[in-house]
Amino acid sequence: MFTSITKLVAAAGLAALLGGCATSGNPKDPVEGFNRAMFAFNEGLDKAVVKPVAQGYDYVAPQPIKTGITNFFGNIADVFIAVNNLLQGKLPEAASDAGRFAVNTTVGILGFIDVASDMGLEKHEEDFGQTFGRWGVGPGPYVVIPLFGPRDARDAVGLVIDWEVDPVVNYPHVATRNTLLTVRFESGRASLLPADKVIEEAALDKYSYIRDGYLQRRRNLVYDGNPPREKEDD
Amino acid sequence: MKWLLGFVAGLILAAGANAQEIAPDALVKNVTEEVLDIVRKDRDIQNGNTKRAIELVENKVLPYFNFAHMAQLAVARNWRQATPAQQKTLTDEFRLLLVRTYSKALTEYKNQSVDYKPFKMQAADTDVKVRTEIKQPGGKPIQLDYYLEKQDKGWKVYDIEVAGVSLIINYRESFASEVNQGGIDGLIKSLQAKNRSGEASVAKKS
Repeated sequence: MFTSITKLVAAAGLAALLGGCATSGNPKDPVEGFNRAMFAFNEGLDKAVVKPVAQGYDYVAPQPIKTGITNFFGNIADVFIAVNNLLQGKLPEAASDAGRFAVNTTVGILGFIDVASDMGLEKHEEDFGQTFGRWGVGPGPYVVIPLFGPRDARDAVGLVIDWEVDPVVNYPHVATRNTLLTVRFESGRASLLPADKVIEEAALDKYSYIRDGYLQRRRNLVYDGNPPREKEDD
Repeated sequence: MKWLLGFVAGLILAAGANAQEIAPDALVKNVTEEVLDIVRKDRDIQNGNTKRAIELVENKVLPYFNFAHMAQLAVARNWRQATPAQQKTLTDEFRLLLVRTYSKALTEYKNQSVDYKPFKMQAADTDVKVRTEIKQPGGKPIQLDYYLEKQDKGWKVYDIEVAGVSLIINYRESFASEVNQGGIDGLIKSLQAKNRSGEASVAKKS
């Protein structure tokens, strides 16, 4: 499954490069034609499989279980959030993330209970894409990747690294690994269910609404929530 | 004459105090808590009755929003090529769209609470950002920030950011491409079509 996903992503990246001639005039989205096709593919997949499964999970699982599962995967992620904070030179944050992992893995029973947040150790959100951004790498063109959805070029490279070092992806027992990947994916999807309806209501064109929201969000994250304001109506 | 000067100064001060009787952070907090209080008690809204939520938003929230400024921010550089009549239509249609979106979000409310971040401003400030955070059981808190500007009738919200995503700026690219394809009237038509389809879905559910 892992290699087939890698191939799929590589093929998508290649197609994105080749599709570079199909321009739309938006400098942030030079391969819009390709991206719209991928977006439609992902939407179809979501509607047919991903969303129904997430809805089932959301309906069946009691809130404490859902919270526990979110916390469990969040705890594993904290290790790499610590690494990325370290790479960005944010030492206090990195120390806090490492502290979170230590506390939650032990007192929080393998991460199922987020004790650290109650102790005041705030959860951060970092990844390799943000680290590159912090180092001054620009976002590059927007690209929609099969299954994974919206990325900018910087985050697409970040995603490959995130994926390479991901302990869930690298878990040796294949059946367990696939189960974990599926649960993590669907639990993440389930948490977005309330947003679905609001986006349907808000968007004139869902593709560009999600694209522009993604680009704004990533910019905000790279600046840790305080980006310089882009308000001028140039 | 000195007493007269003092009198006038006193009047100006009193008028100033009146105009800004409610500070922007207090305004955001009051409106938010009032609305959430109603949503917490209203089974209809919790069960997805968008019509009820729209009534609530129109009565409690709309008076504090500056929709003309919001429309201008979203239409951006094309705003100037719109006639005053077109600007008014754009503002009205955009208001409908935002009200419906905001109301929809309210029907998704589940036990969240709002944290108000410390707020500081200078007496002379006319453009401020009030930071809040939505806390939800079992989820990461979501940053929710309001941009307010001072007007004659008090502070008005002109932009909202969810997790760093401006709900207004997010329309810029799609509005610009609508204008590129069909001019200002093309954009108005798309907004009207969107609002009519939204109305149909609201009517169906209530």
